[in-house]
Formats: sequence, structure tokens, C-alpha cells
Amino acid sequence: MVLPAASAVEAENIMTEIVKVSGLRVTARNDLDEEITIVHGAEFSINKGEVLALIGESGSGKSTIALALMGYARAGCKLAGGSVTVAGNAMLSLGERQLAGLRGRTVAYIAQSAAASFNPSKRIMDQVIESALIHQLMPRAAAEAKAVQLFRELALPDPDNIGKRYPHQVSGGQLQRLMAAMALITDPELVILDEPTTALDVTTQIEVLRAFKKVVQERGSTAVYVSHDLAVVAQMADRIVVLRDGQIQENGATAQILAAPAHPYTRSLLAAIAPKRHAAAPEPKLTQESPLLEVRGLFASYGSAKGGAPVKCVLDDINLVIPRGATIGVIGESGCGKTTLARTIAGMVAPSEGEILLDGKRLAPTLDGRTREQFRRIQFVFQNADTALNPQHTIARILGRPLAFYHGMQGQAQRKRVLQLLDLVKLPATVADRLPGELSGGQKQRINLARALAAQPDLILCDEVTSALDTVVGAAILELMAELRKELNVSYMFISHDINTVRSICDEIVVLYAGRKVEARKRDVNSMRHSMPPFHPYSHLLISSVPALRRGWLEEVEGRTPSSLPQLAQPGQTGGVCAFLDRCALRIDGVCNRLPPPRQQLDNGGSILCHHGEAALRDMQTPLRLVEGDVA
Amino acid sequence: MKPTMISSTARRKPRARLPVAGVIGGVIVAFWLVMAVIGPYIAPHDVGGVAGDAVFAPISAEYPLGTDYLGRDMLSRVLHGAPYTIGVALAAVIVASFGGTALALFAAASGGWFDAIVSRIVDVKLSIPSKLLALIMIAAFGSSVPVLILTAGIGYMPGAYRISRALAVNVQAMDYVQAARSRGEGLAYITFYEMLPNMLRPVLADLGLRFLFIVLLLSGMSFLGLGVQPPEADWGSLVRENIIGLSEGAPAVIVPAIAIATLTIAVNMVIDGFAGRKRRGG
Repeated sequence: MVLPAASAVEAENIMTEIVKVSGLRVTARNDLDEEITIVHGAEFSINKGEVLALIGESGSGKSTIALALMGYARAGCKLAGGSVTVAGNAMLSLGERQLAGLRGRTVAYIAQSAAASFNPSKRIMDQVIESALIHQLMPRAAAEAKAVQLFRELALPDPDNIGKRYPHQVSGGQLQRLMAAMALITDPELVILDEPTTALDVTTQIEVLRAFKKVVQERGSTAVYVSHDLAVVAQMADRIVVLRDGQIQENGATAQILAAPAHPYTRSLLAAIAPKRHAAAPEPKLTQESPLLEVRGLFASYGSAKGGAPVKCVLDDINLVIPRGATIGVIGESGCGKTTLARTIAGMVAPSEGEILLDGKRLAPTLDGRTREQFRRIQFVFQNADTALNPQHTIARILGRPLAFYHGMQGQAQRKRVLQLLDLVKLPATVADRLPGELSGGQKQRINLARALAAQPDLILCDEVTSALDTVVGAAILELMAELRKELNVSYMFISHDINTVRSICDEIVVLYAGRKVEARKRDVNSMRHSMPPFHPYSHLLISSVPALRRGWLEEVEGRTPSSLPQLAQPGQTGGVCAFLDRCALRIDGVCNRLPPPRQQLDNGGSILCHHGEAALRDMQTPLRLVEGDVA
Repeated sequence: MKPTMISSTARRKPRARLPVAGVIGGVIVAFWLVMAVIGPYIAPHDVGGVAGDAVFAPISAEYPLGTDYLGRDMLSRVLHGAPYTIGVALAAVIVASFGGTALALFAAASGGWFDAIVSRIVDVKLSIPSKLLALIMIAAFGSSVPVLILTAGIGYMPGAYRISRALAVNVQAMDYVQAARSRGEGLAYITFYEMLPNMLRPVLADLGLRFLFIVLLLSGMSFLGLGVQPPEADWGSLVRENIIGLSEGAPAVIVPAIAIATLTIAVNMVIDGFAGRKRRGG
């Protein structure tokens, strides 16, 4: 009685199966011309209307498998065995000509970087409808009408005319959505999305995700979503395939993977996403001494005012205090001036106004005026360890140089200290004689950190140190930094675009928007968390935009379009008004676009740059509806 | 099977693999360098010694490379010419490449008006053909070894400057240079220890090319009679002296030409092999 029912379901599955991959093996040639297998016998299938996510770290083979669905292998790779069937076509046995007939029509691809995928010299419309014309599916006029319809569905502004623009005239998030329109114009049987939101800011990512989800649902598209971010995938996918080193670790429904992961690797991935909360540093003793570092009224700008060239103000009246042994997090979206702030403190960028005090003593604005001792006390850790380590120097030399330079350590003593440093950052002594090119990304970042530690600094400026790393590796680096802080009593200034990273290890968080410090808040000692209202409206948006690791989060977050914001009688034209005005949901006509916002001290020790009072903000933001996991 | 063997050794020590062409080139270059030093001492005959009436004699036991238009021993002439051709070219290339690179590093590091002025002067210099410059220099100062070295050196410096400056500006923007600056390192350390090692490969490849151009320029000058003056002769002059032997098929005109060709090709092979090897080593 059970059997016939089961086989009926099975039969139905076979009917609706769009993609069937079995025993897929992909090989690649390495530098030494040896053949290595990078995908080992992948097996999965996708039913019609289903969204399957391929998730894994870099090098896990997720993009390789996604490309194999188009019958394509990157240069140097070879589709060595197995079978891939997409909508009845055996992709691996087709010739180039036949594949060309399927690509863009039966299978469409949305790449990670839309900015790099659009031709900057052609209008957007021509590129969006290109595949429809190539495959001769419809006349030009029909294709353009369909494109406009897609633009509307994807919630793009001014859908009738956006196609007339060139790629550089629209934002990154819009470009990513336009690329989705390009892929969907032919109504493909299968859409492949390869990390489509990884390069975007969180606030932009949420808009793009919402648009994607809507289109996929409305059109009943079958899709493969490639990502390293489980929280993003949780919003989009029906099923998740977890990959590691080219092998499928686990394949299950999204709800099951998130709630009851079967494989230990999946569990470790989930664990890495929610980093451990670290106990706050022992409350810095407020002694007679001045704080370790103090930034007063800092302004920085690019461009010269003399030649009539517009001056781009990058930092606007920044005040900051870093106590000894404390960790300050600086967050904001790309272009908000957070890296410039760190570079100004390090002396690499000269501020146009304001002063920086180290132990109450004024630091020279540029590198030239600083003493070696001042250099030693402030160390900078660069975002990208690939470029921050000289490729021609061995690790021993990279770590030995600050030892010799600041501490005059030579010969055996230096060697001994180098090995101690390697031990400190949990690397084996054997890496000392290697070149940076021979280490992995995570190892390089540890060396990068060890070089800063070699100086025995009081303050380490960390510029997005984990953003180039995989989640698991990044979490390990954060763990290490938190440990070192306890051991060595250093202060960190931790710059990130990812509020989760900052929140787990910082005592105080500073939010920058368009070069202004819009909010500062201290970690609540009792609740060990930062996320309690009131927030500055921008911080609120930022926190709300971080995807939560559960299904249905995307639907709960209320979408805001420019038209849904409070109306303004006139745009803010006077200088000094709130920079967040154009995106703010709480703006007040006649106030926000006329007067510069005041800085308000909050009861919890923080401050907010807003016209709304503390109580008003708290009322408006409680209960905190659209906020990530631990608050809601 | 053979490929397996190669790959297994390669895996153990990928950097120990030497390119065959590079080794051959290296042997030839080393041979000529040795000849430039000891050549004049091991020459079997005197450089000006006329051997009698055997003009444009063919290859024989007495004269292994034949004789020239005056009946002098060609082998001795080539050996005596080696220090001129190789020595002058080497000195000139050092002036050109080292001078150009040093100037470029200094200009890139200091930036601002110094960089602008030096770069414009170099642009002006680039617009003058090097052969024309050489002719003017020799017309003004006469032909002597120091003048030749300076002429070739100055003539080929702008190209070296341009390449090095472009490299220096790129390398300067790298994070590890920024890291050294924020560490408080001095200009000299940053330039010589952080930047130079990362520019060396293209600069060396350029040095090899420049060496060839200078050999050819000097040979050309000598061919015109403006290079090394008789009775001494570099290889270029040897070709010119014996040019009338071409119709007789005399070895005297072919031998110095072959010497120039082997030297220039070998230098190129060494540079190519060097660059390739370094790249694989990472």
C-alpha cells in the first residue's frame, strides 16, 4: 500500500527533474603540470521550481560544479567524468556549437561581479536583450518590452528608461539586478547565481536578495545559488548542498541543514557564523593618565581646494577615545571613510584639521614628524595579506625586520623571538624559511598580525582583517586576536563592514556614515550585547540588513523604497545637514533638511548624531522588529 | 615512463629545474666574458702582425679563422676585439641601466616637481635617436673609449628610466611598501630592500635587451669608422674592414659577425631563462 504511493512520488520527481548530476568529476592541472581532481563524484538533482544552494569555502569546488552545469570548465580544468543532464540535454557530451545554443537560453548565469561582467561601452538595454536576439527568440521590440517588465519586477528605479544608461551610471546593487534581468530574458530552464551579492554592502545586499527572491518565486524559476554565506542561502534556497574539497558533505532541505546538521563540517560552518562572544576586557582603570589614543575634531579630505577642484570630505569632525587594552570597532559601508580614519591615525594620510594624541602627547600629522617610538606603539594590519607581505622576503625576514628596527634584536635572539611569534599566532616553526607565496590565506593573515605584534605595540589598527578570508578561517583569526589581547594587553581598533565581526569582540562600536560619526555605543556589560535600542537610523538599517540564520527572515524585514520614506518639501541643500537624509525612514521635513543634527549623549554612555531624542528613538525602535537573531 | 620521472623530481624541488636554453646561453656568455679578459693574452699572433701575402686566406692550421684584408690573423683580431666590444658595452649598459633605475627610484620616491622635471627632460631625450646623438657626441668630442661608453650609456638611459619608473610607481603603491612606511622605515631601506627586489626581474630583462642594443650601436659606430680607432678594432670594425672580402667568401667578414650574433643571442637566452625560472619559483 505504501509502495505504490512512493513510486508515484518518484515518478512525479522524474517528470519534473530539471537537473541531474551524477558522478561528476572535474580535474585541473596545477603549476607542476600534474592532474589533480578538484570535484570528486558530485551527485545531486534539482526539481522544477526548486532553488538549490551550493555552499562551501573558497576552493571547495562550488563554482566549478555550477559552471559544469553549463558544460563549461575554466581554463586548465577538465570535465573528466560523470554526467550532467539539464532539461534533457546531456551537457558533457555536447559539442561547443550545441552548448552555445543552450547557454543563455536553457541555462543562464549570473556572475559575482556584475561590474566586471557588463561591457562599459554599450548601453544596458542592448546587453540585457542580447541573448534573446542571439538565440532569435523574439523581435527586438518584444525583447525590450520584456526587459522593461523584468526591470519592474526587480524593483529597479525608472524601469522604462534605465536601459538607456551605461553600466557606470547605475549603482552596484542595481547592476546586479540588471544582470538578473539579462539572465531571465530568455526564460531559461535553469538559472545559476554565482555569489551574486558577495561584493555588495549589507544594506544593498538585502535589496538585491529581495528582488531575486521575488522574481524566482513569481516565475517559478529553477535556480542554483552558489554562496559561502549560509545566512544568505537560508533566505533563498529550498535545499542546500554542503561542499568541502570537491566532495559533497551533506545534501538536505534548508530547514534540516540549519536546525539539525548531520555532518560535522556543516556544524563547524554554522558555529563559525555566530562567533563566540568574548568577555569584555577588564574595565580599563580610569586612572589619572590620559587615554592611550585620543582623536579630536579630525577632518580629512581629498582633492585640492585651490585649483577650484571639488574637495571630497572623507572624514568630518571625528572624535574618538581608545582606552588602554580596549577594542574599538569602526563600522560602515564602503566609502564611509573608515579606512581613511585608520590611515590618518597611522600617519599615512595627513588630516586637514584636528589632532591625534597618543598618551596625551600630540602626534605629528604625517609620517615624517613621528619618532620611531611612536611608530612602534601604533601598528597597522592591512586588509589583504597577499599584498601586505613582500613576496621576495622570507617569513623570518618579514618578522625579523621590526625586531631589528625597533628593538635592535639581531642573530640568535632575533631568530628565537621570530619562532616565539610564530608560536603566538599558532603557526609551526617550519614556515619561518618560506616565502609568503607558499602559505595559505589564513596563514598569511597570521603572519601579518605577527609582524604587528613583533613591535610590541600598544595599539593595533586592523583594517578588515577577516573580510578576505573564509568564514571558518576568519573566525579563527578573531579568536586568536581576542586571546592575544588578554595576554598582551594591547588595544585594537577594528575596522569592518560586517557588524557581526565587530560585535563579537569590541567594547565600543563607532558607526561611520559619509565620514561622520553617527553613533557610538558601549557594550552593555550586563547583557554582553550591543543591540538594544535606541539606534541611529543608519545603524538600525545596518543591523537590520544582516541576514539571520533562519528561514523567513527576508520576508519579515520590511522593505523600504524611496517613495515610502517621509516626504520632504525640499531637498537638503545647506551644508551640514544629516548625510543620511536621503535614506532615512525617520526624517522630519523642515528639521532634518534644514538644520545640522545635534550630537546627543545617551544614558548608556554612547552618543548619537540625530534630531530625534533618545526616548523618541527608543519608542520608535521597540520592539526591534527587523533585527537579527539574538535580539528578536 | 619519462614524464612521471620528471614530475616526481619536479615535485621535490621545483626550483632546481634549470631551463636548457638558459644554461646554453649562460655557457656562451661566460665564454665570451672570459675571452674579454684573457683574449688578448692567449692570441696566437700579434694584433697588428701582418703575416705576409696571404690576404683573405681561408681557414688553415696556421690561421684557424683565416686572415683579414691585410693578411693579419683573424683569431687574434677577434680575441683582441673582445674586450672592446664586451667591455665597452658592459660599461655602457651599467651606466644606462643603473643610472636610469637609480634616477627612476629617486624620482618615484620624491615625487612632485623633481619627478616632473626629470621625467620631462627624459622625454626630450627620448625624442632624439640614439645613433644621431652618438654621431653628434663623436663629432664634438672625438672618438675614444670613455666617450663611447658615455655616449651609449646616456643614449640608452631614458628607456631604462621609463621602465623603472613605471615599475617603481606600481610597486610603491603595494601594501608592503605602505607597511614599511607606517613602520617608520627610511627611504633607503624602502627603496633597496622593499621595492628593488620586486622590480629586479623586469629590470634585468630590460638590462639584457639594452646590452644588445648597445653592442649593436657600438658595432654600427665602428662600422662607420667612428668607433674604436685602428690599429685596435672591435668586432664591428672588423666587419667593416673586411667587407670587401664578402665577395670572395672570406671567413674574415663572417667570423666577427658570428661573434656578435652568438653574444647577443646568448644574452637573450640567459635573460629569458632567468625570468622564467624565477617566475616558477614564486
